[in-house]
Parts: sequence; structure tokens; C-alpha cells
Amino acid sequence: MKRYVIIGNGVAAAACIEGIRSVDPQGTLTVLSEEPYEVYCRPLISYYLEGKTDAEKMKYRGADFYQENGAKVLYEEKAASIDTERKRIVTEKGNEIAYTDICIAAGSSPFVPPFEGLETVPEKYSFMTLDDAYALEKAVSEESRVLIIGAGLIGLKCAEGLKERVKEITVCDLAERVLSSILDTECAALMQEHLENNGISFLLGDSAKSFSGNKAIMNSGKEVEFDVLVLAVGVRANTQIAKEAGCEVNRGILINDRMQTSMEHIYAAGDCAEGTDITSGEHKVLAILPNAYMQGYCAGVNMAGGQAVFDKGIPMNSIGFFGFHAMTAGSYYTEADGGRMYEEKTENSIKRLFTKDGFLTGFILIGREERAGIYTSMIREKIPLAEVDFDLLKRAATNAAFTEEKRKGAFSAVH
Amino acid sequence: MSIDFLYPEFEVVRNMDRCITCRVCERQCANEVHAYNERLDKMVSDESKCVNCQRCVSLCPTRALKIVKSDCKLRENANWQNDGIREIYKQANSGGVLLSSMGNPKELPVYWDRMLINASQVTNPSIDPLREPMETRVFLGKKNVKPERDESGNLICKVPPQLELDLPVMFSAMSYGSISYNAHASLARAATEMGTYYNTGEGGLHEDFYQYGPNTIVQVASGRFGVHEEYLAAGAAIEIKIGQGAKPGIGGHLPGSKIVGDVSRTRMIPEGSDAISPAPHHDIYSIEDLRQLVYSLKEATEYKKPVIVKVAAVHNIAAIASGIARSGADIIAIDGIRGGTGAAPTRIRDNVGIPIELALAAVDQRLRDERIRNNVSLVVGGSIRSAADIVKAIALGADACYIATGALLALGCHLCRTCQTGKCNWGIATQRPELVKRLNPDIGSRRLINLLTAWKHEIKEMMGGMGINSIEALRGNRLMLRGVGLTEKELEILGISHAGE
Amino acid sequence: MKRVYVNEEWCLGCHLCEYNCAFANSGMDDMAEALKGKKIFPRIHVEENDRITFAVSCRHCEDPICVKSCIAGAISKRDGVVCVDQDKCVGCLTCVLVCPYGALAPNENGIMQKCELCLTNSFGEPACVSGCPNNAIVYESRDEVQTEVDPDGRTLYVGD
Repeated sequence: MKRYVIIGNGVAAAACIEGIRSVDPQGTLTVLSEEPYEVYCRPLISYYLEGKTDAEKMKYRGADFYQENGAKVLYEEKAASIDTERKRIVTEKGNEIAYTDICIAAGSSPFVPPFEGLETVPEKYSFMTLDDAYALEKAVSEESRVLIIGAGLIGLKCAEGLKERVKEITVCDLAERVLSSILDTECAALMQEHLENNGISFLLGDSAKSFSGNKAIMNSGKEVEFDVLVLAVGVRANTQIAKEAGCEVNRGILINDRMQTSMEHIYAAGDCAEGTDITSGEHKVLAILPNAYMQGYCAGVNMAGGQAVFDKGIPMNSIGFFGFHAMTAGSYYTEADGGRMYEEKTENSIKRLFTKDGFLTGFILIGREERAGIYTSMIREKIPLAEVDFDLLKRAATNAAFTEEKRKGAFSAVH
Repeated sequence: MSIDFLYPEFEVVRNMDRCITCRVCERQCANEVHAYNERLDKMVSDESKCVNCQRCVSLCPTRALKIVKSDCKLRENANWQNDGIREIYKQANSGGVLLSSMGNPKELPVYWDRMLINASQVTNPSIDPLREPMETRVFLGKKNVKPERDESGNLICKVPPQLELDLPVMFSAMSYGSISYNAHASLARAATEMGTYYNTGEGGLHEDFYQYGPNTIVQVASGRFGVHEEYLAAGAAIEIKIGQGAKPGIGGHLPGSKIVGDVSRTRMIPEGSDAISPAPHHDIYSIEDLRQLVYSLKEATEYKKPVIVKVAAVHNIAAIASGIARSGADIIAIDGIRGGTGAAPTRIRDNVGIPIELALAAVDQRLRDERIRNNVSLVVGGSIRSAADIVKAIALGADACYIATGALLALGCHLCRTCQTGKCNWGIATQRPELVKRLNPDIGSRRLINLLTAWKHEIKEMMGGMGINSIEALRGNRLMLRGVGLTEKELEILGISHAGE
Repeated sequence: MKRVYVNEEWCLGCHLCEYNCAFANSGMDDMAEALKGKKIFPRIHVEENDRITFAVSCRHCEDPICVKSCIAGAISKRDGVVCVDQDKCVGCLTCVLVCPYGALAPNENGIMQKCELCLTNSFGEPACVSGCPNNAIVYESRDEVQTEVDPDGRTLYVGD
């Protein structure tokens, strides 16, 4: 009988459980959860602050999820090392767990640069976990001035979550634009304008150099006073345990399209893993929830002896602030890279589709009510533009642009 | 302002409390009556384009619409009625012949409604069709009167070709062109399922419908459109069309604009050319000529298929029918003055020909008198509206009936009588693809089947009431009919007694 | 499993399905009251090109990518029907980003909704189907048809 151990208790871990059980109902299954909570989805914490969800609703699966799947969860147990010789996982508490197959779904951790004087800041927080959200919730009041370091997805979602709870929010970032990892300059400007209209202030191209109590001294020399500091500079994949066990590690734990690491019987999935971005062909940590789920599930099936492949990883994001949404996916090839761009713009929206070599490779949609999944599937499935009516499709995401055969395959009753 | 301006004939009444601005009416009106006015954020109508086809009324999900006849009329005048004045205005403006569609709407006597059916009481038992067999099958074609025997005395069972009908109703001729592909598909499928026949009309047979050949009557008319060897071979019977009840004595004209795509291919004429069916067959000027065509067609089909000759009911129909019965035809079809059409000159439709009831009675009597009734079967059409009309027709002497307007009503026709515009909102009398698709043959054929099934039940009930258990026994049984409110002469022609007699 | 299918050769593009859907899910008894003066948020929508129209609603994929992608765990498959738990949904639109058919859309409050086959509303049978004037939309099973699922959750239909 197999002994499965999953390091981590996030969405990739939950998916891994489901993947394992789709093949093997028998083997023992142990989950090591650093946090004292049942699986929840970390991106929900900003919605928690915003009041759109609560601890109960945040539970990713039903109350009897682990029980139904015969999984034993060890809460507040963090794996310290993997002894591949003896096939044991040693936890920080010194417990040992025997395994036949491991899935490392350890996620990522906030990256905090060594700011001078950071230790003098009385109220400073990360924004990754539910505990972070609880702590932040306690720390802020209607009078709080909040400084958020980092105008990426985490920093801005935190800003949105806190907006109604505090007096003012300033977001600073070394980058010249918001959401620099997913938006180009013009799109970022539109999003920034929208955020500013909702009362968020920005200091861009400028970041904190040092701190002194409730004051940040910026690179520009400007000083910003605050009551609460949120550090959302970035995240790092948790790769340490894998590295020490002998797995090949780059920015994340390297995996193939069966989610295997370079070490036998060790799989990895989710934010700690580095798979292939099929839109660029490069290895990338695709730290987004759908990939975490699909990687975790794929890993689980393979661990249990099934055959699964996940070779459709693409970067994509759907992110909204104050009711204004941006959807992005894939790679944005410029003309210099041999790509072409189709664009539609209005005062409050931008649509950009990027094509290269006869394929849709990426898109950015801001402020548009569009059924972006149709574009995403074009990228994911690598459907050649020649097979669709791209003139129609580029103007609106519609199934009507597909061939009759494909349309009927999807929508027609067969007589 | 022009002299002949008249307030639109119909008004669109929209209940604004119920209108949800879904714009279904706008999308469904090929006449472009409805439109959404963005500035007002409401639906508006241009009544002048409305033909009262009721498509919008039927599809409005909140029942917010109704179409009413305008009450803005000219001063009442029993002699110069509104419609007549409108027609004068129209002609004074255009200089053209008036065109109309569907059957004669004038108040001509409908003799079916002046004849009542008998039922058994006490002295002869009625039959419960739910408990006892009731034969609605009929065979159309020439019947052998005298048994023939071979040298050794055995019966020679050489029956001339027959059409076998499970019930005495067939769908009469409507061409592909005058009605849509989907209308034809519906008729063909229903005829096949019900064990009866539909008729191609003079439009040829679309290649997709050859599969329904065993339930198809193929027509040969004066333009000979779409006629070729396989066409003749495909059908179960061949009908030579001499005339049509709605327009006796004149030909047909399908404008080139409708001769497109499949219609042109099926008719075997170039796209865009007018399809002109001459008034007469240019090779038929006598019964002898007709006989030549009848036998040409029989020869071409190896004497395996009955030949029908269809004529309009006109003044001396009895003599004409007698001639046809002697021409070698197996079946005579007669079409009365109330018969429908896709387009006919208004004056012809409304004034030429005679009612089918009188024609039928006269023809049946004449053929009996001449002892040639069994040489042919008689099929009558021209406004058969119900199972009761069928029972009365058979009692008057018909073997079966043709229905067309009734079938179109089942398909969704709302009798707006504007077939000639080609913009039929119900997908029937149109060739515009976006309109044609409105008639789903799954629905259309099902509705036709329902209609015939219902009529079959009703025919059986009425026959049972009379104590008659087969169409055969009802045919020509005029004792089963009594007239009401008819003159001596009418009763004499119909060959029936007055009620109470 | 029975699904809502549309036969595009019979779709008239009348958009009645959208209104019937919005009404069926309004919880009200009268369509005019339910929909008058309001923008509707149907769970089925009509798409078109210059030749055809057809109505699109959730395919209830064998292996639905929306379920895998939902960050709130709000989408699940129950007895073959893909359902949204609107209490859990936070309106992030990730499902919109991934659905290959564009079958999900938010309601007026930004919370996701999708076709759940009218199983839970008062209609009890798909309102789009019963209200389609041309039988273009049908509620049928294609189980006799061999189906195949690609790894991405699109249901592929193979032959008759």
C-alpha cells in the first residue's frame, strides 16, 4: 500500500488529494499543514478584509473533505527535511513520517528586502495568509494611514481590501507602473487612474529606502508617514526542502509535465513549482490558482500510478479593483519580437490581443465585459488563427468565429 | 400628401405596461414594422408596413402586442366598400393588375355549411369506432368493372396502378418556389408518416426529397419546369395540371427574383429568369391531345403510375370531366373557386370559377350517368377546412380530398394573404434563408401529422354515427346529406334532399 | 446526461431564450414585472456571425476547467451539473477567464451565475428550451454518443 505525503495544505494540496483518490482509494494520505486551518484559498484574504467573504465561506472544500478522502492532516506541522534514503519526512517538531510518494505543495513566502530600520516599525505586516489578514484587521482603524510597499497583485488587492477600513492608503513601488508583471504601461495607467479615483494614492518609480518608526524615507528623499506598513514586495517559492532533498531547483522546483521533480517519488505542484509556460516555452513559476489546482491534481494522479499530463500552463490573471476588472493571459509579443497587436480603446477600456506566427499568444482586457475564456482557450489549445474567423473573433470573443464543425461539436444535439 | 393616402389598414397596439423592450417583435418582423427607439428607450411601430400576420403577437413573451383593424375608414357605403375604394386608389396610382394571395376571401356561399350529415338512431345501429374496425383507407385509380378470366377460367388480377391512402386526404400541389424548402420537407415527412401523398406543384422535385418519392405526386404543368425522366420515375403518381381553382384559365408567373439557387436548379431554368407557365398547355387543345400527354407519361413510367388530371371547377366542368375520364387519366382532381394560391390576379381569383361542392356533385352525377364513374377516381380541393367537409365531399361522390390552405395553417400560416411579397414571417411562402429557417420541419411535420390524425378520428366518428364502417360505403352516399337553406335548384345540383325531407 | 443543446440551423436569433432565462431565474410570477425596465442578466446568450445565430449556455463539461479554477471553491459539479455557490463567490471572474465557451457571466451584483438547467428554480425544466419557438434549443442526452474529454476539460464529441 502506498503512503502519500503532501507537504502543504493549499489548493495544490487539495487538488493532489483529489487526484490521488481518483486513482487509489486505499493508500494512506498525510497532509502537513503549516497553518492551523483547513484548506482555503489565499487570494481570498483581501475579500475577507473587504467583507465579501468570511472564514467559513473561505473554506475551499466542504467540512468533511479530508475525512471523505481518507486524508490525515497534521496541523501546524512543517516539513523540515526529506530523508530520501530512509523515505522519511522529518518535521520541524521532530516527527517522522514514512512515505512512498511525496507532493511538495509548499507554496511561497513573502520576500522582504533588508530595509534599513525596518525593525523600528511597530506595525508591519505581510499579506499572504489568513493570519496575516486577521492581524491586519486588528491593526487598522478608521484613522489609520497605511503604506503598502509593492503595487503588484498582492499589494493592490490589500489596498482594495483595506480601503473602507482605513483613512488613507498609499502604495509605492520601485516600478514606474502598477501591476508591472501583467500590464503594459498604457494599461497600467488606466488601472492606476481607476484606483486613484477610488482613493488610493501612489508613489511610483520610488520606494522606501529606510524606515524610522512610523516614517518611511523614500529613494527620492521624500518622507511618508504611516500608521501601518504592509510589505508586498514579492514572493519567493518555498524550495528549500526540495533543494536539500536533491531536487533540481531554479526559481521554483523544476517539474516536468507529469509534475515530477528530478528526484524519483517526489512531485511538486503550485506556487513552489516551476513548470513550462507554453506561450513562451520557458520554465516559469506560474503562481496562479488554476495552475496550482491542475498541477496538484496531475501530480496526485501520477503519484497514485495513473497517467496524467498537464502541459497547458499559461500565465493568466483575472483581477478586479472596485468593480473594474483586468483580464490577462499569455505572452505579449511586441513587433520587435515578431508579434502583432490588435487593439481597441475607449476612455475606460483597453483591449489588446497579441498574435505571433499565426497563433494568439496573449491578451489584455481592461474594463471590458468580455468572455475572455474563449481567447484563453485559443492560447491554451494553440488553435491556429487560420482555423477561426479572426476578423470576427478579434472584435468580440464569440463562439461564432469557430468552424461549423467545432460549433456543432460543442453546442448541437446529435440526431 | 397624396390623393390616395389612406390611414394604414392595421394598427399595432402595444401595452406599454407589459412591453419589456426585448425587441423580439423587431427581430421577427420581416416587414420592419417594429423598431427600438434608443432616445425614447421604447419600441415604436410603423403600422403602414403591417400585414397582420400576427408573428409579433405570437412571439411577444409578455403578450404586450395586438394588431387591430384600423377604425379610420371612409364613410360607410354598402356599394362602395373600403376595400374596393382602396383597390381603385392603388390601380389609379400604379396602372397595374391587382395581385392577391391565398383563397378567395369574398362572401361566396360555402355549400359545405349548408349540408348536414345524418346519424343512426334506433332503427339502424351506429358504430363505435373505438371498439370496431373502421376503414379509412382508399385506393385511387381506375377500377376494373368486369371480372376477366383466362382460358382456364381463373380470374385475371391485373389491377391498374393505384394510389393507396390511409385516409382520404392528400396535400395538394404547392411548388418549391411558391413555398419554402422547409414547408416541403414538412409536407413530405407528414405524408410519409400518415400514409398519404403530397404534391410537388410545378416546381420540380428537390434532390433532397427523392427519398419521399413513394409518397410524392409529381406535377407536370404548362411550363414543364423541372420535368425529366427521373422526376417522373420518382413519384408515386403524375399529375397533369390544366388549371387551378384560384386562377382558372391563366398561367403562372414566378418572378426571376425568386428563381435563385436550389429553386433555379430544381426548376431547371437559369437563375434570375422569370418562370412563366403559359395559360394553356401548348400541346393540348382537345381531349385527344390530353390523351396523348397522358399516355406519353404512362409510357415514360411503364404504366406503373396512375396519372391525375387536375382542372379548375368551371361552368361546364361535368362535360370536361367526362372528357378527361375518357382520356385515359386514372384520377381527376377538381379545384374549386375558393382554392388558394401563392399569387393570382385579384379579379380572376375572386370572380372566375365555381364552388367545388357544385362541381363535385355535377361531375360525380355525370360520370355515373355515363357509366364511366369507375374509370376514374375523383379528388376535390378548394377550401376543404375540416373533417366534416371531407365527410360531406365523400358523401357527395369524391374518393378523396386535397388540402393545402389547411395544411399551411397547420404549419403556422396566419392567412395574412401577402404571400406574393415573399416576406412570409412564418417561413412558408418565402425563399429568404433567414425566414425559411423559421419553419422547423420537426415541428411542421409533427403539426401536420397531428392535424391528419385528429381528422382521421373525426371522420371515423362521423362515419360510425352514420352506421358506416368504410369510406367505400360512404362514397356517393348522398342520402347521408341534407341541405339547409338551399334553393330547389341547388338541392337538385347537389343531388340531396332538404333537411326534414 | 441531459444537456441544453442548440441546433443552429433552427435558431432564429430572436433572443427569447435570454428573456425566458432571466425570467425563470427572477423568482417572480410575471415576466413584465420581473423584467420591465431592467437590464437582463441571462445565463444563456445568443451569438451570431453574418450567417448563423445560436444560443450558448454551460456545457456542463465532463471535466470542467471552471471548477478547477475557481479561487473560492464556489463552483462544483453535482450530479453532473456545474453549479455556483453564490454565497462563496467573490466575483473575481477567473471562471470567465478560463471558460472556453464563454458560458459564465456575472449577475447585476458582480456575482457569478450560470445555467444550472433550471433544476432549482420554479421552472423545473430549462425555460430556454420550453420557450424556444422553433425547437432550436433542446434538452437532450447525448450519452449514446461516444464522448471524450481532452485534458483541459473541453468535452469532445466523436462521431455519431
